[in-house]
Amino acid sequence: MYLTRDEEKSLNGENGETMASAYKILLAIGMATGAEKLVPIKWAHISGVNYNTIGDAGVEFLEKFSRGAKVAVRTTLNPMGFDRNKPVNLPEIFTDQQMRIVRSYEKMGTTPSFTCIPYEIFDIPNRGSAVSFAESNAALYSNSVLGLLTNKESSLSALASSVTGKAPYSDLRIKEFRHPKVTVKSTVKLSTEVDYGLLGYFAGKMVNDTCIAFDDMKEKIGMINMKSLSAAIGTSGICGMFTSEEKTNEVISYGREESNTTKDEINTAEDGDIIVFGSPQLGINEINFLSKLVESKRFLKRCMVFCPRAVYNQAANTGLIDKIQKSGVEFICDSCTCLTPLITRNDFDSVITNSIKGAYYLNHSNRIGVALKDMKSIVKEYTD
Amino acid sequence: MHAQLNCRKIVPGIGISKALVTHNVINFLAMVDTKSAIIIDKHHELYGKSIKDIILVFPNAIGSSVGAYAIYSLKINRVAPSAIICINNADIITASGCAISDIPLVDKLEKPSSFILESEMEICVDADKELVIIKTV
Repeated sequence: MYLTRDEEKSLNGENGETMASAYKILLAIGMATGAEKLVPIKWAHISGVNYNTIGDAGVEFLEKFSRGAKVAVRTTLNPMGFDRNKPVNLPEIFTDQQMRIVRSYEKMGTTPSFTCIPYEIFDIPNRGSAVSFAESNAALYSNSVLGLLTNKESSLSALASSVTGKAPYSDLRIKEFRHPKVTVKSTVKLSTEVDYGLLGYFAGKMVNDTCIAFDDMKEKIGMINMKSLSAAIGTSGICGMFTSEEKTNEVISYGREESNTTKDEINTAEDGDIIVFGSPQLGINEINFLSKLVESKRFLKRCMVFCPRAVYNQAANTGLIDKIQKSGVEFICDSCTCLTPLITRNDFDSVITNSIKGAYYLNHSNRIGVALKDMKSIVKEYTD
Repeated sequence: MHAQLNCRKIVPGIGISKALVTHNVINFLAMVDTKSAIIIDKHHELYGKSIKDIILVFPNAIGSSVGAYAIYSLKINRVAPSAIICINNADIITASGCAISDIPLVDKLEKPSSFILESEMEICVDADKELVIIKTV
Protein backbone atom coordinates (compact mmCIF):
# COMPACT_ATOMS: atom_id res chain seq x y z
CA MET A 1 0.00 0.00 0.00
CA TYR A 2 1.30 3.45 -0.93
CA LEU A 3 1.87 5.87 1.97
CA THR A 4 2.77 9.55 1.50
CA ARG A 5 6.00 10.77 3.09
CA ASP A 6 4.06 12.33 5.96
CA GLU A 7 2.10 9.12 6.55
CA GLU A 8 5.34 7.14 6.49
CA LYS A 9 6.86 9.52 9.06
CA SER A 10 3.86 9.10 11.36
CA LEU A 11 4.07 5.31 11.01
CA ASN A 12 7.71 5.49 12.07
CA GLY A 13 6.83 7.39 15.23
CA GLU A 14 7.87 10.92 14.29
CA ASN A 15 4.49 12.27 15.45
CA GLY A 16 4.34 10.20 18.62
CA GLU A 17 3.21 6.75 19.68
CA THR A 18 -0.52 7.31 19.17
CA MET A 19 -0.14 8.32 15.54
CA ALA A 20 2.29 5.44 14.98
CA SER A 21 -0.29 2.98 16.40
CA ALA A 22 -3.02 4.53 14.26
CA TYR A 23 -1.02 4.14 11.03
CA LYS A 24 0.03 0.63 12.02
CA ILE A 25 -3.67 -0.29 12.22
CA LEU A 26 -4.50 1.46 8.93
CA LEU A 27 -1.60 -0.30 7.20
CA ALA A 28 -2.76 -3.74 8.41
CA ILE A 29 -6.41 -3.24 7.41
CA GLY A 30 -5.30 -1.61 4.16
CA MET A 31 -3.24 -4.70 3.28
CA ALA A 32 -6.07 -7.03 4.36
CA THR A 33 -8.57 -5.27 2.12
CA GLY A 34 -6.12 -4.76 -0.76
CA ALA A 35 -6.02 -0.94 -0.61
CA GLU A 36 -3.60 0.99 -2.77
CA LYS A 37 -3.72 4.17 -0.64
CA LEU A 38 -5.48 6.03 2.16
CA VAL A 39 -8.25 8.57 1.45
CA PRO A 40 -9.76 11.37 3.58
CA ILE A 41 -12.99 10.60 5.44
CA LYS A 42 -15.73 12.95 6.64
CA TRP A 43 -16.87 11.16 9.79
CA ALA A 44 -15.72 8.41 12.15
CA HIS A 45 -18.04 6.44 14.43
CA ILE A 46 -16.29 4.49 17.17
CA SER A 47 -17.43 1.32 18.95
CA GLY A 48 -15.79 -0.09 22.05
CA VAL A 49 -17.20 2.38 24.56
CA ASN A 50 -19.08 0.04 26.92
CA TYR A 51 -16.67 -1.34 29.58
CA ASN A 52 -18.30 -4.76 29.23
CA THR A 53 -17.09 -4.93 25.62
CA ILE A 54 -13.45 -3.78 25.91
CA GLY A 55 -12.52 -4.73 29.48
CA ASP A 56 -9.48 -3.62 31.47
CA ALA A 57 -7.11 -4.06 28.53
CA GLY A 58 -9.24 -1.61 26.55
CA VAL A 59 -9.40 0.92 29.40
CA GLU A 60 -5.59 1.01 29.68
CA PHE A 61 -5.11 1.11 25.91
CA LEU A 62 -7.45 4.08 25.46
CA GLU A 63 -5.89 6.04 28.31
CA LYS A 64 -2.50 5.75 26.66
CA PHE A 65 -3.83 6.31 23.14
CA SER A 66 -5.81 9.45 24.10
CA ARG A 67 -2.73 11.16 25.51
CA GLY A 68 -1.19 11.42 22.05
CA ALA A 69 -3.81 12.71 19.63
CA LYS A 70 -7.05 14.60 19.01
CA VAL A 71 -9.69 13.58 16.50
CA ALA A 72 -9.16 15.03 13.02
CA VAL A 73 -12.79 14.63 11.85
CA ARG A 74 -16.25 14.54 13.45
CA THR A 75 -16.16 11.45 15.67
CA THR A 76 -19.25 10.06 17.36
CA LEU A 77 -19.37 7.35 20.04
CA ASN A 78 -21.27 4.09 20.51
CA PRO A 79 -23.30 3.46 23.71
CA MET A 80 -21.60 3.06 27.09
CA GLY A 81 -22.67 0.75 29.93
CA PHE A 82 -25.30 2.79 31.79
CA ASP A 83 -27.37 5.99 31.89
CA ARG A 84 -25.27 8.82 33.35
CA ASN A 85 -28.37 10.64 34.62
CA LYS A 86 -29.78 7.75 36.61
CA PRO A 87 -28.63 6.07 39.81
CA VAL A 88 -27.25 2.66 38.88
CA ASN A 89 -26.96 -0.45 40.95
CA LEU A 90 -23.64 -1.58 39.48
CA PRO A 91 -20.34 -2.57 41.12
CA GLU A 92 -18.06 0.41 41.72
CA ILE A 93 -15.36 -1.21 39.61
CA PHE A 94 -17.71 -1.09 36.62
CA THR A 95 -18.68 2.57 36.98
CA ASP A 96 -15.06 3.60 37.70
CA GLN A 97 -13.64 1.79 34.68
CA GLN A 98 -16.54 3.02 32.49
CA MET A 99 -15.85 6.64 33.44
CA ARG A 100 -12.13 6.21 32.66
CA ILE A 101 -13.17 5.18 29.13
CA VAL A 102 -15.53 8.17 28.81
CA ARG A 103 -12.78 10.56 29.96
CA SER A 104 -10.29 9.14 27.44
CA TYR A 105 -12.69 9.70 24.55
CA GLU A 106 -13.54 13.16 25.90
CA LYS A 107 -9.85 14.07 25.94
CA MET A 108 -9.58 13.19 22.25
CA GLY A 109 -12.38 15.61 21.39
CA THR A 110 -15.05 13.10 20.38
CA THR A 111 -18.78 13.93 20.45
CA PRO A 112 -20.32 12.16 23.49
CA SER A 113 -23.29 10.83 21.53
CA PHE A 114 -23.40 7.35 23.15
CA THR A 115 -25.53 6.00 20.34
CA CYS A 116 -25.42 3.11 17.90
CA ILE A 117 -27.77 4.97 15.49
CA PRO A 118 -25.70 8.08 14.65
CA TYR A 119 -27.42 8.11 11.23
CA GLU A 120 -30.71 9.10 12.91
CA ILE A 121 -29.22 11.98 14.90
CA PHE A 122 -26.48 13.78 13.00
CA ASP A 123 -26.41 15.61 9.64
CA ILE A 124 -25.62 13.12 6.92
CA PRO A 125 -22.81 13.98 4.46
CA ASN A 126 -23.60 13.87 0.73
CA ARG A 127 -24.11 10.47 -0.88
CA GLY A 128 -20.78 9.12 -2.04
CA SER A 129 -18.84 10.57 0.93
CA ALA A 130 -16.23 8.29 2.53
CA VAL A 131 -16.71 7.68 6.29
CA SER A 132 -15.38 5.15 8.80
CA PHE A 133 -18.06 3.39 10.81
CA ALA A 134 -17.42 0.68 13.34
CA GLU A 135 -20.72 -0.56 14.86
CA SER A 136 -21.95 -2.93 12.23
CA ASN A 137 -25.60 -1.81 12.06
CA ALA A 138 -24.48 1.77 11.37
CA ALA A 139 -22.03 0.68 8.66
CA LEU A 140 -24.69 -1.47 6.94
CA TYR A 141 -27.44 1.15 7.19
CA SER A 142 -25.17 3.96 5.96
CA ASN A 143 -23.83 2.02 2.97
CA SER A 144 -27.15 0.50 1.96
CA VAL A 145 -29.68 3.26 2.68
CA LEU A 146 -27.74 6.54 2.86
CA GLY A 147 -25.19 5.90 0.12
CA LEU A 148 -22.19 6.67 2.35
CA LEU A 149 -19.00 4.72 1.66
CA THR A 150 -17.55 2.70 4.54
CA ASN A 151 -16.10 -0.71 5.15
CA LYS A 152 -17.45 -2.62 8.16
CA GLU A 153 -14.78 -1.19 10.42
CA SER A 154 -13.55 -2.53 13.74
CA SER A 155 -13.40 -0.45 16.95
CA LEU A 156 -9.66 -0.02 16.46
CA SER A 157 -9.74 0.81 12.76
CA ALA A 158 -12.42 3.50 13.22
CA LEU A 159 -10.37 4.87 16.13
CA ALA A 160 -7.30 5.01 13.87
CA SER A 161 -9.35 6.82 11.22
CA SER A 162 -10.67 9.33 13.77
CA VAL A 163 -7.20 10.68 14.65
CA THR A 164 -5.75 10.52 11.13
CA GLY A 165 -8.91 11.56 9.26
CA LYS A 166 -8.12 8.79 6.75
CA ALA A 167 -9.15 5.26 5.84
CA PRO A 168 -8.02 2.69 3.27
CA TYR A 169 -9.36 3.19 -0.26
CA SER A 170 -10.65 -0.35 -0.66
CA ASP A 171 -13.66 -2.60 -1.01
CA LEU A 172 -16.95 -0.78 -0.16
CA ARG A 173 -15.22 2.62 -0.42
CA ILE A 174 -14.73 2.00 -4.15
CA LYS A 175 -17.90 2.34 -6.22
CA GLU A 176 -16.97 -0.51 -8.61
CA PHE A 177 -16.77 -2.95 -5.71
CA ARG A 178 -20.18 -2.11 -4.26
CA HIS A 179 -21.88 -4.90 -6.22
CA PRO A 180 -23.22 -8.21 -4.86
CA LYS A 181 -22.31 -11.64 -6.21
CA VAL A 182 -25.04 -13.54 -4.36
CA THR A 183 -28.78 -12.88 -3.99
CA VAL A 184 -30.87 -14.12 -1.07
CA LYS A 185 -34.38 -14.74 -2.35
CA SER A 186 -37.11 -14.94 0.25
CA THR A 187 -40.11 -17.13 -0.48
CA VAL A 188 -41.71 -16.42 2.89
CA LYS A 189 -43.85 -13.36 3.54
CA LEU A 190 -41.92 -10.72 5.48
CA SER A 191 -43.89 -8.22 7.52
CA THR A 192 -42.52 -7.54 11.00
CA GLU A 193 -39.08 -6.31 12.11
CA VAL A 194 -38.42 -9.82 13.45
CA ASP A 195 -39.05 -11.32 9.98
CA TYR A 196 -36.52 -8.93 8.44
CA GLY A 197 -34.03 -9.54 11.25
CA LEU A 198 -34.18 -13.32 10.79
CA LEU A 199 -33.70 -12.91 7.04
CA GLY A 200 -30.68 -10.66 7.72
CA TYR A 201 -29.12 -13.07 10.20
CA PHE A 202 -29.50 -15.94 7.70
CA ALA A 203 -28.09 -13.88 4.81
CA GLY A 204 -25.08 -12.64 6.81
CA LYS A 205 -24.28 -16.17 7.85
CA MET A 206 -24.64 -17.75 4.40
CA VAL A 207 -22.95 -15.14 2.20
CA ASN A 208 -19.22 -14.71 2.85
CA ASP A 209 -18.94 -11.43 0.97
CA THR A 210 -19.06 -7.74 1.81
CA CYS A 211 -22.17 -7.04 -0.32
CA ILE A 212 -25.44 -9.00 -0.52
CA ALA A 213 -28.46 -8.64 -2.81
CA PHE A 214 -32.04 -9.29 -1.73
CA ASP A 215 -34.78 -10.16 -4.14
CA ASP A 216 -38.38 -9.09 -3.74
CA MET A 217 -37.71 -6.01 -1.63
CA LYS A 218 -38.70 -3.49 -4.23
CA GLU A 219 -41.35 -1.74 -2.23
CA LYS A 220 -40.14 0.50 0.54
CA ILE A 221 -39.83 -1.66 3.64
CA GLY A 222 -39.59 1.24 6.08
CA MET A 223 -36.87 2.47 8.39
CA ILE A 224 -37.70 0.18 11.32
CA ASN A 225 -37.36 -2.96 9.20
CA MET A 226 -34.21 -1.61 7.50
CA LYS A 227 -32.60 -1.10 10.93
CA SER A 228 -33.49 -4.62 12.05
CA LEU A 229 -32.17 -6.07 8.79
CA SER A 230 -28.90 -4.07 9.02
CA ALA A 231 -28.23 -5.05 12.63
CA ALA A 232 -28.89 -8.74 12.02
CA ILE A 233 -26.70 -8.97 8.89
CA GLY A 234 -23.90 -7.30 10.85
CA THR A 235 -24.17 -9.83 13.67
CA SER A 236 -23.72 -13.04 11.72
CA GLY A 237 -21.08 -12.31 9.08
CA ILE A 238 -18.66 -9.98 7.33
CA CYS A 239 -21.15 -8.25 5.04
CA GLY A 240 -21.20 -4.42 5.17
CA MET A 241 -23.83 -3.60 2.57
CA PHE A 242 -27.03 -4.85 0.95
CA THR A 243 -28.95 -3.83 -2.13
CA SER A 244 -32.20 -4.84 -3.80
CA GLU A 245 -31.50 -3.26 -7.17
CA GLU A 246 -29.15 -5.79 -8.73
CA LYS A 247 -29.40 -9.29 -10.15
CA THR A 248 -26.73 -11.94 -9.59
CA ASN A 249 -26.12 -15.39 -11.04
CA GLU A 250 -25.94 -17.13 -7.68
CA VAL A 251 -29.18 -17.24 -5.71
CA ILE A 252 -29.76 -18.68 -2.23
CA SER A 253 -33.32 -19.46 -1.27
CA TYR A 254 -34.77 -18.44 2.10
CA GLY A 255 -37.95 -20.42 2.63
CA ARG A 256 -40.06 -21.65 5.53
CA GLU A 257 -37.45 -24.21 6.58
CA GLU A 258 -34.53 -21.73 6.61
CA SER A 259 -36.66 -19.20 8.48
CA ASN A 260 -37.61 -21.76 11.15
CA THR A 261 -34.03 -23.01 11.60
CA THR A 262 -32.78 -19.43 12.00
CA LYS A 263 -35.52 -18.67 14.52
CA ASP A 264 -34.69 -21.81 16.52
CA GLU A 265 -31.08 -20.63 16.80
CA ILE A 266 -32.02 -17.16 18.10
CA ASN A 267 -35.19 -17.89 20.06
CA THR A 268 -33.93 -19.86 23.08
CA ALA A 269 -36.83 -19.37 25.55
CA GLU A 270 -40.63 -19.59 25.46
CA ASP A 271 -41.18 -16.56 27.66
CA GLY A 272 -39.17 -14.01 29.67
CA ASP A 273 -38.97 -12.10 32.96
CA ILE A 274 -38.41 -8.69 31.37
CA ILE A 275 -39.12 -6.96 28.03
CA VAL A 276 -36.26 -5.13 26.32
CA PHE A 277 -36.50 -2.84 23.27
CA GLY A 278 -33.39 -1.46 21.64
CA SER A 279 -30.54 -2.95 19.73
CA PRO A 280 -30.11 -0.86 17.73
CA GLN A 281 -31.37 1.86 20.09
CA LEU A 282 -34.89 3.12 19.30
CA GLY A 283 -35.12 6.19 17.11
CA ILE A 284 -37.96 8.70 16.93
CA ASN A 285 -39.94 6.54 14.47
CA GLU A 286 -39.98 3.56 16.80
CA ILE A 287 -40.76 5.72 19.85
CA ASN A 288 -43.67 7.17 17.91
CA PHE A 289 -44.88 3.69 16.89
CA LEU A 290 -44.56 2.41 20.47
CA SER A 291 -46.47 5.38 21.88
CA LYS A 292 -49.44 4.53 19.66
CA LEU A 293 -49.32 0.84 20.57
CA VAL A 294 -49.30 1.41 24.35
CA GLU A 295 -51.98 4.11 24.48
CA SER A 296 -54.16 3.49 27.57
CA LYS A 297 -52.40 0.17 28.23
CA ARG A 298 -50.12 -0.98 31.02
CA PHE A 299 -47.24 -3.49 30.85
CA LEU A 300 -47.65 -6.60 33.01
CA LYS A 301 -43.87 -7.14 33.08
CA ARG A 302 -40.94 -4.79 33.52
CA CYS A 303 -40.15 -3.12 30.19
CA MET A 304 -36.89 -1.32 29.33
CA VAL A 305 -36.42 0.94 26.30
CA PHE A 306 -32.89 1.89 25.21
CA CYS A 307 -32.60 5.09 23.16
CA PRO A 308 -30.08 7.87 22.54
CA ARG A 309 -30.37 10.91 24.85
CA ALA A 310 -30.88 13.13 21.79
CA VAL A 311 -33.93 11.07 20.77
CA TYR A 312 -35.22 10.98 24.36
CA ASN A 313 -35.05 14.78 24.62
CA GLN A 314 -36.78 15.24 21.28
CA ALA A 315 -39.54 12.80 22.28
CA ALA A 316 -39.89 14.40 25.72
CA ASN A 317 -40.51 17.81 24.11
CA THR A 318 -43.46 16.48 22.15
CA GLY A 319 -44.95 14.57 25.09
CA LEU A 320 -44.18 11.10 23.71
CA ILE A 321 -42.02 10.05 26.65
CA ASP A 322 -44.79 10.89 29.15
CA LYS A 323 -47.30 8.92 27.13
CA ILE A 324 -45.09 5.83 27.02
CA GLN A 325 -44.00 6.07 30.66
CA LYS A 326 -47.67 5.88 31.68
CA SER A 327 -47.62 2.29 30.41
CA GLY A 328 -44.82 1.48 32.86
CA VAL A 329 -41.86 1.67 30.45
CA GLU A 330 -38.45 2.64 31.86
CA PHE A 331 -36.24 4.67 29.49
CA ILE A 332 -32.48 4.19 29.54
CA CYS A 333 -30.27 6.62 27.62
CA ASP A 334 -26.57 6.41 26.67
CA SER A 335 -26.53 2.59 26.65
CA CYS A 336 -27.97 -0.37 24.73
CA THR A 337 -28.95 -4.03 25.05
CA CYS A 338 -25.71 -5.49 23.66
CA LEU A 339 -23.52 -6.62 26.56
CA THR A 340 -25.43 -4.37 28.94
CA PRO A 341 -24.38 -4.81 32.58
CA LEU A 342 -27.98 -3.94 33.56
CA ILE A 343 -29.37 -7.36 32.59
CA THR A 344 -27.49 -10.23 34.24
CA ARG A 345 -28.08 -13.90 34.86
CA ASN A 346 -28.27 -13.20 38.60
CA ASP A 347 -31.46 -11.21 38.09
CA PHE A 348 -33.05 -12.69 34.99
CA ASP A 349 -33.36 -16.14 33.45
CA SER A 350 -34.75 -14.92 30.17
CA VAL A 351 -35.64 -11.78 28.24
CA ILE A 352 -38.37 -10.91 25.72
CA THR A 353 -37.14 -8.77 22.81
CA ASN A 354 -37.77 -7.98 19.14
CA SER A 355 -34.08 -7.58 18.34
CA ILE A 356 -32.14 -10.37 16.62
CA LYS A 357 -28.83 -8.66 17.40
CA GLY A 358 -29.85 -8.07 21.02
CA ALA A 359 -30.96 -11.68 21.31
CA TYR A 360 -27.68 -13.00 19.93
CA TYR A 361 -25.52 -11.11 22.45
CA LEU A 362 -27.90 -11.61 25.39
CA ASN A 363 -27.63 -15.30 24.67
CA HIS A 364 -23.91 -15.57 23.87
CA SER A 365 -22.36 -12.91 26.10
CA ASN A 366 -24.85 -12.36 28.94
CA ARG A 367 -25.82 -16.08 28.87
CA ILE A 368 -29.55 -15.34 29.15
CA GLY A 369 -32.41 -17.09 27.32
CA VAL A 370 -34.39 -15.04 24.82
CA ALA A 371 -38.01 -15.13 23.65
CA LEU A 372 -38.15 -13.41 20.26
CA LYS A 373 -41.38 -11.57 19.35
CA ASP A 374 -42.17 -8.46 17.33
CA MET A 375 -43.03 -5.18 19.06
CA LYS A 376 -46.71 -5.27 18.18
CA SER A 377 -47.13 -8.83 19.50
CA ILE A 378 -45.18 -8.02 22.67
CA VAL A 379 -47.47 -5.09 23.47
CA LYS A 380 -50.55 -7.18 22.68
CA GLU A 381 -49.43 -10.11 24.83
CA TYR A 382 -47.92 -8.33 27.84
CA THR A 383 -50.22 -5.35 28.50
CA ASP A 384 -53.70 -4.95 29.82
CA MET B 1 11.70 -32.42 6.43
CA HIS B 2 9.74 -29.24 5.89
CA ALA B 3 6.99 -28.22 3.56
CA GLN B 4 6.50 -24.59 2.64
CA LEU B 5 3.36 -22.74 1.66
CA ASN B 6 3.26 -19.21 0.30
CA CYS B 7 1.00 -16.68 1.98
CA ARG B 8 0.42 -12.93 2.24
CA LYS B 9 1.77 -10.78 5.08
CA ILE B 10 -0.77 -8.66 6.98
CA VAL B 11 1.00 -8.11 10.33
CA PRO B 12 4.78 -8.74 10.48
CA GLY B 13 6.58 -11.12 12.83
CA ILE B 14 7.32 -14.80 13.34
CA GLY B 15 5.31 -17.34 15.37
CA ILE B 16 6.22 -20.99 16.00
CA SER B 17 3.84 -23.48 17.61
CA LYS B 18 1.32 -26.25 17.03
CA ALA B 19 -1.56 -25.51 14.68
CA LEU B 20 -5.18 -25.43 15.78
CA VAL B 21 -7.35 -25.59 12.68
CA THR B 22 -11.05 -24.82 12.30
CA HIS B 23 -13.25 -24.15 9.32
CA ASN B 24 -15.73 -22.25 11.49
CA VAL B 25 -15.68 -18.45 11.61
CA ILE B 26 -15.14 -16.75 14.99
CA ASN B 27 -16.98 -13.86 16.68
CA PHE B 28 -14.18 -12.86 19.07
CA LEU B 29 -16.50 -10.79 21.28
CA ALA B 30 -19.11 -13.48 21.81
CA MET B 31 -17.22 -16.77 21.45
CA VAL B 32 -13.88 -16.35 23.26
CA ASP B 33 -13.22 -15.98 26.99
CA THR B 34 -10.44 -13.38 26.94
CA LYS B 35 -9.11 -14.40 30.38
CA SER B 36 -8.53 -18.07 29.54
CA ALA B 37 -8.51 -17.98 25.70
CA ILE B 38 -11.07 -20.80 25.71
CA ILE B 39 -13.76 -20.95 23.00
CA ILE B 40 -17.05 -20.79 24.90
CA ASP B 41 -19.59 -21.17 22.08
CA LYS B 42 -21.15 -24.62 22.38
CA HIS B 43 -21.87 -24.78 18.67
CA HIS B 44 -18.29 -24.00 17.62
CA GLU B 45 -15.95 -26.72 16.35
CA LEU B 46 -13.31 -25.52 18.86
CA TYR B 47 -15.70 -25.45 21.87
CA GLY B 48 -13.72 -25.99 25.08
CA LYS B 49 -10.33 -25.59 23.36
CA SER B 50 -7.82 -22.87 24.18
CA ILE B 51 -6.29 -20.64 21.50
CA LYS B 52 -3.38 -19.68 23.80
CA ASP B 53 0.16 -20.04 22.38
CA ILE B 54 -0.97 -21.89 19.26
CA ILE B 55 -1.11 -21.02 15.56
CA LEU B 56 -4.79 -20.32 15.02
CA VAL B 57 -5.88 -21.34 11.52
CA PHE B 58 -9.44 -20.19 10.75
CA PRO B 59 -11.41 -18.62 7.86
CA ASN B 60 -12.01 -15.11 9.23
CA ALA B 61 -13.71 -13.20 12.08
CA ILE B 62 -17.37 -12.17 11.93
CA GLY B 63 -19.81 -9.98 13.84
CA SER B 64 -19.06 -7.31 16.39
CA SER B 65 -16.54 -4.61 15.58
CA VAL B 66 -15.37 -4.83 19.22
CA GLY B 67 -13.82 -8.23 18.44
CA ALA B 68 -10.57 -6.33 17.77
CA TYR B 69 -10.36 -5.40 21.47
CA ALA B 70 -11.00 -9.03 22.42
CA ILE B 71 -7.86 -10.03 20.45
CA TYR B 72 -5.91 -7.25 22.23
CA SER B 73 -7.24 -8.44 25.61
CA LEU B 74 -5.91 -11.95 24.89
CA LYS B 75 -2.47 -10.40 24.34
CA ILE B 76 -2.55 -8.30 27.52
CA ASN B 77 -3.79 -11.33 29.50
CA ARG B 78 -0.85 -13.34 28.06
CA VAL B 79 -3.10 -15.92 26.44
CA ALA B 80 -2.90 -14.83 22.79
CA PRO B 81 -2.18 -17.17 19.87
CA SER B 82 1.49 -17.20 18.71
CA ALA B 83 0.36 -16.31 15.20
CA ILE B 84 -2.85 -16.34 13.15
CA ILE B 85 -3.51 -17.66 9.65
CA CYS B 86 -6.75 -16.63 7.93
CA ILE B 87 -7.69 -19.30 5.41
CA ASN B 88 -9.74 -16.81 3.38
CA ASN B 89 -9.01 -13.10 3.36
CA ALA B 90 -7.95 -11.58 6.66
CA ASP B 91 -10.80 -9.35 7.85
CA ILE B 92 -10.63 -5.88 9.41
CA ILE B 93 -11.40 -7.11 12.96
CA THR B 94 -8.56 -9.66 12.96
CA ALA B 95 -6.10 -7.41 11.10
CA SER B 96 -6.57 -4.42 13.44
CA GLY B 97 -6.58 -6.58 16.59
CA CYS B 98 -3.37 -8.34 15.55
CA ALA B 99 -1.69 -5.08 14.45
CA ILE B 100 -2.07 -3.49 17.87
CA SER B 101 -1.14 -6.72 19.68
CA ASP B 102 1.90 -7.56 17.50
CA ILE B 103 0.47 -10.98 16.67
CA PRO B 104 1.91 -12.13 13.29
CA LEU B 105 -0.95 -12.48 10.80
CA VAL B 106 -0.97 -13.93 7.29
CA ASP B 107 -3.72 -14.86 4.85
CA LYS B 108 -4.31 -16.15 1.29
CA LEU B 109 -2.60 -19.44 2.03
CA GLU B 110 -1.50 -21.30 -1.07
CA LYS B 111 -3.50 -24.52 -1.40
CA PRO B 112 -1.55 -27.39 -2.97
CA SER B 113 -3.94 -30.28 -3.40
CA SER B 114 -1.51 -32.79 -1.83
CA PHE B 115 -1.27 -30.95 1.46
CA ILE B 116 -3.79 -29.73 3.99
CA LEU B 117 -3.00 -28.06 7.30
CA GLU B 118 -4.16 -30.06 10.29
CA SER B 119 -4.30 -29.45 14.02
CA GLU B 120 -1.25 -30.58 16.05
CA MET B 121 1.14 -30.02 13.13
CA GLU B 122 4.26 -28.05 14.10
CA ILE B 123 4.17 -24.80 12.16
CA CYS B 124 6.30 -21.70 11.73
CA VAL B 125 4.54 -18.60 10.43
CA ASP B 126 7.13 -16.23 8.99
CA ALA B 127 5.01 -13.26 8.01
CA ASP B 128 8.05 -11.22 6.97
CA LYS B 129 9.06 -13.80 4.36
CA GLU B 130 5.40 -14.57 3.54
CA LEU B 131 5.93 -18.25 4.29
CA VAL B 132 4.17 -20.89 6.37
CA ILE B 133 6.67 -23.68 7.12
CA ILE B 134 5.32 -27.07 8.22
CA LYS B 135 7.47 -29.64 9.97
CA THR B 136 6.82 -33.06 8.43
CA VAL B 137 8.06 -36.45 9.55
